[in-house]
Amino acid sequence: MSYAPSAATLKKIEGMIAPYPEKSAALLPVLRAIQEESGCVLPEAEAWVAAKLGIRPIRVREVLSFYTMFRRKPAGKTTIQVCRNLSCTLAGAEDIIGFLREKLHIGPDGTTPDGRITLETVECLGNCDHAPCLQIDGVDHGPVTRDGAAALLEELRAHE
Amino acid sequence: MSEDDVRLIPADDSSWRFEAYLRRGGYEAARKAVTSMAPQDVIAEVRRAGLRGRGGAGFPAGLKWSFVPQCGTAPKYLCVNADEGEPGTFKDRAILVRNPHQLLEGMIIAAFGVGIRKAFIYVRGEYARIARRLEEALAEARERGFLGRGIFGSDFDLEVIVHVGAGAYICGEETALLESVEGRRGQPRFKPPFPAVVGLFRSPTVINNVETLANIPSIIGCGADWFTARGLPKDGGTRLFGVSGAVRRPGLYELPMGTPLRTIVETHAGGPPEGVAIKAVVPGGLSAPVLRPDELDVPMDFDSLAKAGSMLGTAGIVVIGDRTPIIEVLKVTARFYAHESCGQCTPCRIGTSWIHKTVTRIGEGQGRLSDLDLILRLAEGMKGRTLCPMGDAAALPIHALVSKFRDELEQAVSR
Ligand SMILES: Cc1cc2nc3c(=O)[nH]c(=O)nc-3n(C[C@H](O)[C@H](O)[C@H](O)COP(=O)(O)O)c2cc1C
Ligand code: SF4
Ligand code: FES
Repeated sequence: MSYAPSAATLKKIEGMIAPYPEKSAALLPVLRAIQEESGCVLPEAEAWVAAKLGIRPIRVREVLSFYTMFRRKPAGKTTIQVCRNLSCTLAGAEDIIGFLREKLHIGPDGTTPDGRITLETVECLGNCDHAPCLQIDGVDHGPVTRDGAAALLEELRAHE
Repeated sequence: MSEDDVRLIPADDSSWRFEAYLRRGGYEAARKAVTSMAPQDVIAEVRRAGLRGRGGAGFPAGLKWSFVPQCGTAPKYLCVNADEGEPGTFKDRAILVRNPHQLLEGMIIAAFGVGIRKAFIYVRGEYARIARRLEEALAEARERGFLGRGIFGSDFDLEVIVHVGAGAYICGEETALLESVEGRRGQPRFKPPFPAVVGLFRSPTVINNVETLANIPSIIGCGADWFTARGLPKDGGTRLFGVSGAVRRPGLYELPMGTPLRTIVETHAGGPPEGVAIKAVVPGGLSAPVLRPDELDVPMDFDSLAKAGSMLGTAGIVVIGDRTPIIEVLKVTARFYAHESCGQCTPCRIGTSWIHKTVTRIGEGQGRLSDLDLILRLAEGMKGRTLCPMGDAAALPIHALVSKFRDELEQAVSR
């Protein structure tokens, strides 16, 4: 299977490459754009990116496998990322993580069987004065209580 | 500019807009620098102000700028460090969200002083939404001719590119950040050569933290003397102190450099909640060794904290209450560094993961008394023996937790 981004994403990608003194420097933003559209970066897309930026495919793989926010396999439609660093742990993050796992019937860092929600634990989100906190598809929430977490899940269901 | 206008974080929520910033006297300092000052005078004023880097290490900003060679034709770059990954730190976020134009103005002045025409702002991936606001602010500034070609009608140009990361604490280390902007794994480079000489795309590069640069407009606008009067002679200005953990009012407090830690925690942040006593305080982000309750009278400035055996770091203060077992703090710390080690050098790669395994074992009730000495030995083996400062950043706080709370940990092991 070969990969090609949508026309809109292709245009965005070309705009991203232009300001860099070296094309290959646009690798992170380009991968971000592809992941934003496709949910992950599959091997076909890796090959496309390598050709587009004039670099060897291994360089794309090196970068993809280094940064924690890149995905090489699809995840759920929605991603919940719960912080478990110090300030959040002091404020009860482990309890919130346990509660969400129980509610969603999934293990650590898992996706619900219907593929709707991926739950992950992450390190400090830079929102420690709102501990315990989490991000849902990049949107910050906190401080989160058990009731608050349940309400957020309800809201996600309602938006299906 | 009045006292209130030069705060890093304005009180009003809509203050991030261009018009609001102009009303506060914004961009006047950049105009002054670009249209009426010689570049070397800009650097001299910043040196006089005693502005020390707010990213963690506290290196004097003006001195760093003066290291950039002013001969040769290679392009020069400015990289703004908005990676803010140090646990317990949320100050750069506040500047990006509430006062992005002050950062941009600081960048214009810095770039003019050093002779830079292209700047990158490296924003951590977790702040991708915040980066959109930054793009909006950039567009506003470009539209008015405050960025781009011929700034303020002069022949000075500056192009700014926002580069969003993808999740990796180590990319906050300045040379790892350069690798990441170049589209590679964020693995730190060996120094020397220092980035001021060989940096981004092999060219001379200045790397500064967001808060450092956001202080520049007031130094040029109000003068170095005014700036040192608000802080200390060798450590000028105010600092954004973030307080989280066991306090009544977690949040960000902008106070003079040198404000005692106890005052910040007890007066500004309201002290611990009812029925809780302070057990320990992390004074400057997770990498800063913990202080005990009897060590809190220390002034919060770079030199005083170093003398107290810790560091001011990012000024992210985390208060640990007496209900939290120290082993929990140790677990979080050990896990974090084991996870974030880039793996390039052995003492850090093996040291952090070995410490993590040992701490996990203690946490699971399988610990041995000798484990505490093992952790101390591993931490000592990392100190000063790694390619980048992350080895120390991991070893020092772990060493302090074990040596300062040994009795409690011994009880945890023998239970
Ligand atoms: C492991 C590690 C992580 C770092 N993370 C950051 C960071 O997130 N933000 C930052 O500004 N500096 C960070 N630094 C410090 C930078 O290497 C560098 O000193 C700083 O950006 C220089 O800017 P300043 O002089 O204005 O502080 C980190 C350093 C290390 C060793
Ligand atoms: S000290 Fe750690 S983070 Fe720094 S280069 Fe070595 S392995 Fe990488
Ligand atoms: S520790 Fe959770 S956001 Fe910082």
